[in-house]
Order: sequence, then structure tokens, then C-alpha cells
Amino acid sequence: MNIVVCVKQTADTAATVTVEDGKISWGDTPLILNPWDEYAVEEALRIKEKHGGKVTALSLGPERAKEALKQALAMGCDEGILVSDPAFAGADSLVVSKIIAAAIQKIEDVDMVCFGRASVDSDTGMTGSQVGRRLGWPALNLVAEITALDLQGKSISVERMLEEGRQQVRASLPAVVSVVKEINEPRYPSFMGIRKASKAEIPIWSKDDIGLGEVPPSAVEWPQVFAPPKVETVVEMIEGDTPEQKAVKLADRLLEEKVI
Amino acid sequence: MTNKVFVYIDHFENHVAPASFEALGVARQMAETLGGGVSAVVLGQDVDDVVKQAAAYGADVVIKGDDPALKDFRGEAYANVLSPIVANAEVLLFPTSGRTRELAGLVAVDLETGVIPDVIDYEFDGASVLATRPIYAGKLLTKVVCRERRPQILTLRSRAFPGPEADSGRSAEIVEAEVDAGDVATEVIGYRESQSGVSLTDAAIIVSGGRGVSNRPSLVPPAEISDEAEQEIWRAQQGFKLVRDLAEVLGAAVGASRAAVDAKYVPYDRQVGQTGKVVSPDLYIAAGISGAIQHLAGMRTSKTIVVINKDADAPIFKLSRFGVVGDLFDVLPPLTQALKERLGK
Repeated sequence: MNIVVCVKQTADTAATVTVEDGKISWGDTPLILNPWDEYAVEEALRIKEKHGGKVTALSLGPERAKEALKQALAMGCDEGILVSDPAFAGADSLVVSKIIAAAIQKIEDVDMVCFGRASVDSDTGMTGSQVGRRLGWPALNLVAEITALDLQGKSISVERMLEEGRQQVRASLPAVVSVVKEINEPRYPSFMGIRKASKAEIPIWSKDDIGLGEVPPSAVEWPQVFAPPKVETVVEMIEGDTPEQKAVKLADRLLEEKVI
Repeated sequence: MTNKVFVYIDHFENHVAPASFEALGVARQMAETLGGGVSAVVLGQDVDDVVKQAAAYGADVVIKGDDPALKDFRGEAYANVLSPIVANAEVLLFPTSGRTRELAGLVAVDLETGVIPDVIDYEFDGASVLATRPIYAGKLLTKVVCRERRPQILTLRSRAFPGPEADSGRSAEIVEAEVDAGDVATEVIGYRESQSGVSLTDAAIIVSGGRGVSNRPSLVPPAEISDEAEQEIWRAQQGFKLVRDLAEVLGAAVGASRAAVDAKYVPYDRQVGQTGKVVSPDLYIAAGISGAIQHLAGMRTSKTIVVINKDADAPIFKLSRFGVVGDLFDVLPPLTQALKERLGK
């Protein structure tokens, strides 16, 4: 089983994110491996442990994104590849999907590509399905469980989390899978893993390396980033001598203010 | 004349997601600026009822793809049918759901155009839509525009726009679409229903519990539960029962903080926050939630926030309209009772 797991480096969800001079800042908080992607890495590793094969972590980003790849390597991925080129700056999901699809084609003989359901920064949640479309492979999104994997018959069965419940789906391999948090419990990197990752050579693939030639322009641009308007709430503390008094007063206030 | 604004009607087994109607309302507004009427697209099997609703809520033309191959949602099959239908549209609107996020992305690849997901507001910049969407789970907002390519694809966040009133007397021109779902390597086997009740993202009221639901040392678990971790879970179950009781009286969905989910008090599909669901109900009641930044990011746009917490310094009070300093175990039962009486339930 030749698995590629796509990861992104993002700001920590615990970080206070602000805008300074039109640029996004997360202060001194270190960047992390996108939390959703940890589940994708974990699932890829579990499949490899059961069925054999190889797990390659792939990231698109600037040089510093190597740190996210190292975290994936420390968890147990066999190889890391950084796809990076100044021409990729400002790429939207349409272009990103083209770049990643080209990189996956260069890796060759890939059976499965794993994504986290979205990145916690831009939160578009579309890259996985768009990569699948470009490769002509089925895209199984929001996967909460891989219920069967048949390498001979080249098929995969999964349960997807739709709003209304779990949809049970079977598809052919190769396939793209994006996973949700319910699928597993990601492991912590082992001491040996961290040591191995710190020494790992991570190749950088440019647009020419992946045979992309010219990078097409993005379809969308985001001319403005700003902090949400401050909500002016005046807190009304509900006072009372007993919890019962407070509860009754709160119920009355909610009805008076027509909140309910 | 071909319409410029198209709306994809999202439904599950012919139950229309309410956000589809909100999208029709936005489409009508956009058509006033762009000209032409509104076309809705309905894909599925035996969808006549969905078609009628699309007309009642504002579509002038309903394009219907009714075929056994479309019985279950499969992104590839749906995109194969949808992409040619919308190829000449100026704007294509989707209500945001797990399905439409996927479908919008696939159609965008087919038509080499841009998608702006999770839109909460918009204005026109010339003939292009300048859309506002949250990033970093709402810690920041960004304005996004798709200037050159068409259609401009937007998915609209549920509850961000008002839903129009239905007018059952409205009629629409119905056009049968040619359905060629293509050779699709995905097959739907079946469904396993979620046990969790009202969907968080559609709910008008949400009652959420946090770590505090297990914080009642005086509750003594039955003797057969001796393991400390299991005792904690047992206490949390008692606490969450109080949360659910209140939710039931209000017809609300039950949510939870990440701390409560990580501690395995409730399943992950209840989690509100940056790594869970981002919600925006009319009323959000937080019980025993202190307000980690990642939770606040997921619920800060709620219209009215009520906080019940025994720690008067809990950061979540800063966002609240009404605050009660008290133990949820003491406050929730009389609150549920008082509301039950006042709402006549």
C-alpha cells in the first residue's frame, strides 16, 4: 500500500490571531502541524502497519513547512517531501489542487491519498476532493472509519459523516480520503521517531520538478483581512440569594428580552 | 433568456436543508443587481416535492435531474450532472454542508473557477461578488472575490442570511436536465443514523456543557464503579443529563466543549469550536464551560450568549449577554423547571 498523506503547517488553535498592517500574525506562538492532519497521518500509519507499504508525507508551503513534515516523520512516516516554489505564493484551492495532483503523479503508483478534513486556518475543506477530481480518483470526504480495504480487489469501504448520519460508501482504489477526528487517536511521536525526523533529509520539489511548467493564476483573491467587529455586549449578571432565585430570574429575563 | 444566478438545492432523501431556502433568498437579491431571474438545480430521485419547494421559496426556473443514478449523494456523479448545467452561470450558490463543500469543489475544478466557502456576508464590487468569510474559525474575517472566472461559486453559511417566506402559489418553469452521471467508482451501501438529535449547525438554540459537568464531588457513583476515570464519566453523565433536559424544553441541540469531548463525556460530533463545529445560533447557553479561545472561536457569533459557571472569572463571561455565577448542578434544574412552566410544557 503506497500512501501519500498531505499535511499543512498552520498556526496553533490556541494562538491569538490578529491582523497587523494587513498581515496575519499569531505572535510568538509556534506553528504546528494542522491538527486535522494528525488524524490523516495516524490513519495512514495504521493502514501501513496492517497491510505493509510506505507512507510519504507531502506538504505544500514555504521552507519552514519542513517542521510540519518533521512532525509527521516523527510520528512514523517513511519520507517527507516539501513542494515549494516562489511561484506558488498566494495559490487558492483551485491551484493548490493542481500542484498537489502533479506532485502525487510524480510519486507514482500511489494507492491512496489521505487528507485531514480541512486546515484550521483557511478552513476551505476542499483540497482533498479537488485533488481527487484532477486525478480522476474517487474522493471520500469526512471519513470517520475505514471499514474495509481490499488491496487485491482494489476497493475501499468507509463511513462518512454527513449531517444526517453516517453514509456507508464503497469505492475503487486509488482513492483520496479526507478524515474527521472520530477516525482515530493520533499517536505521540516516539523518542526514536523524533531523532530520526531531526536527521531526515527532506527534498524540495519546485514547479519544474513536478512538471507543472507555468503555474496558473488563482481564481480568487482576498484583498482584505480584518478582525471581526467587536460585539458590544453588556453583561447582565443575574443576582440572587440562591441558585433557584437566579435560575427563575434568568428564565424571566430571557422571556422579557424575547430571546426565547 | 438564461438566468445569471443559480442555486443548488441541498437535500437529504428529499428533506431540504433550510439553508437552501436562505440561498434562494440571497439569489433573488443578487438577481436584482445582475438582472435575470433565479434558476434552482435539484438533483436526486423522485424530487418533485423538492422542486415545488424551490419554486415556493423563490426560484423562477427549476432544473431537475431526476434519476436512479442520483438517488444517493455521490460527489462525482452529482458533479458530472451539475457542471454542464451551471457552466454559463454568473453566480452559483450552495448552502454550506458536508455534501456541498465537496460538490462545489468538484464543479470548480470542472469549470476551472474559484470557490468561496462559508460566506457570511457579501456586497457587489462591479459585476463581481465581494464575499466575507471567516478564517481561523472566525478569529478573523476576509473579503474574497473571484474577478475573472465564471461562475463565481459561493457556499453560504447556514443561518447567516434570512430565510424567505414560502409562497405556495408561486410557480416556476420546470426544465428536465439530461442526466449522464458517468461511470462513477463510488457506490453507496447504506446509512447509519446519527443518534444525536438536532443538528448543531441548523439549531436556533444550543445548550452546551463543558468540563464542569463532572465537577460535583458530592455525587456518589454506584459502588460497582470503582475506577476513578469511570467515576468521572459517570458524574459527567449526570451533568450532561441536566444539559439535555434544558435542551429538550427549549427544542435545542446539545453541544460540548473540546475539554468535555476529549474527556470522553460526549461524542465528537457535539463539539463546538475551532476543531469542531462553528455555530451561530440565536441563543447559546454555555454551562460549565470556562471559554478556551478555541471554543470561543466556534460560538462567538451567536446572537445571545448565556453563561452559567461557578468561576466568576471564567473568560467566557466576557462574551455573554446574561451571566449566572453558580454551579450548573444547582442552576440548571430550576432553570429547566422555570422555563417549562413559562413555556407551558
